[in-house]
Amino acid sequence: MTLGLINANPVVHAKKERVARTEEPHDDDAIDPLEIYEYVRDIRDPEHPYSLEQLSVLSEESITVDEKLGRILITFTPTIQHCSMATVIGLCLREKLKDCFHPHFKVDIKVAPGSHADEESVNKQLNDKERVAAALEIPNLRQLVDECLYSSEL
Amino acid sequence: MNFAGDFDLMEKQILVGHTDRVWSLAWKPATGVDGIPAVLASCSGDKTVRIWEQSPATGSFQCKAVLEETHTRTVRSCAWSPSGKLLATGSFDATTAIWEHVGGDYECVSTLEGHENEVKSVSWNASGSLLATCGRDKSVWIWEVLPGNEFECVSVLQGHTQDVKMVQWHPSLDILFSCSYDNTIKIWAEDGDTDDWRCVQTLGESDSGHTSSVWALSFNSDGGKMVTCSDDLTLKIWGADITRMQSGDGNASWSHLCTLSGYHDRTIFSVHWSREGIIASGAADDAIRLFVENKDCLVDGPTYQLLLKKDKAHDMDVNSVKWSSMESRLLASASDDGMIKIWELVSLP
Repeated sequence: MTLGLINANPVVHAKKERVARTEEPHDDDAIDPLEIYEYVRDIRDPEHPYSLEQLSVLSEESITVDEKLGRILITFTPTIQHCSMATVIGLCLREKLKDCFHPHFKVDIKVAPGSHADEESVNKQLNDKERVAAALEIPNLRQLVDECLYSSEL
Repeated sequence: MNFAGDFDLMEKQILVGHTDRVWSLAWKPATGVDGIPAVLASCSGDKTVRIWEQSPATGSFQCKAVLEETHTRTVRSCAWSPSGKLLATGSFDATTAIWEHVGGDYECVSTLEGHENEVKSVSWNASGSLLATCGRDKSVWIWEVLPGNEFECVSVLQGHTQDVKMVQWHPSLDILFSCSYDNTIKIWAEDGDTDDWRCVQTLGESDSGHTSSVWALSFNSDGGKMVTCSDDLTLKIWGADITRMQSGDGNASWSHLCTLSGYHDRTIFSVHWSREGIIASGAADDAIRLFVENKDCLVDGPTYQLLLKKDKAHDMDVNSVKWSSMESRLLASASDDGMIKIWELVSLP
């Protein structure tokens, strides 16, 4: 782990106003991108006490759903080009969404095009199921992911 | 073998028991024939290995043993020695365990350490004298089997530039094949003079190779061809001159024969070539596909066609497909959904 923060001065945005949603049981066939966004917008950044939404790492436009193919694509924007936390953010997204909808939906996670210096390499890691599974078994990494997912409401 | 007419893959049984995704399967050699019940090993993210045995009376499989409290992380790969006496299991905990069936129970008789991190695959050579392992540390290890279940590392092979996904020995020759996240397949052989193991060939993009991670490889029955599968959504068929390889010809090299593209739209995790020549693939779209050689084609070199596609074979990604060692038409599949399925390939009237 590096000692200094990768990005010491992130730009922080206000949280977007939330629309009240009633708790509904999942309808297997209908996935609302905004519903998925609700699950991920508050994930805390690995380095800063702000949510991914506040740091504009994620926005509503980050989520696209192809109902017909049964695919969900999440595109996130790391705060800086050389962000080494990009893979951690990807792991957080996968872990958070793991049990959120019917397993037949396939999730692909990528960094927004042009947003990272090692875009191809990061995307390949984030979408290699075996690498993701192994990473989530590593205690230090697991702990970091859990902190990002479960830290109390900001 | 000519596969005329229509076929179907009939689901015979669902094996339930693992509490996490099932990564790999291995049929025990010399079982499922001559009255000896078929035996299947499976390994999982739940850190255990399960042994399933077919009942001679009913034909259904039951879980006979759960090999637990040994690996401390996901068990990723399992392979029986050719005699069926030993089972090797490779785990994300960086170790390879060797199990022996002793008086009704499976006992861990040896633990191989050395890899720096996750072990991804284990494979025995044809005679059972050597075991190969590989992992995320980019290396391939070759272990010699000594008396008393002792294992000695005889070579640590560096060469891949990334995570090595699978190792597989040639079915008759002591030549080792590995495939990797670095998109290549490497072939390793022992130097006749020095007895050192070295990489004798690399099949990369410039050799009509894969353009993304290569997840698995499998040989046909005579060992003259192999099929590889990849995250690039293709299967590739490769061939070599067997007689040249057998005579130790250092120039006997593997070349690309055919690429099967347009059939898969998500990562292909597993591929297995049956004794009869049917190639089964398991992919991240939850489907199993079967391919056979197109005998009618007049093009130079073999071409392959889709025999059948089993949509929604599982509820989630198919991680492993394995034809039974003896019963050629029996196929086992394993999935992220924690299930193992036994299928039978049947001809439709």
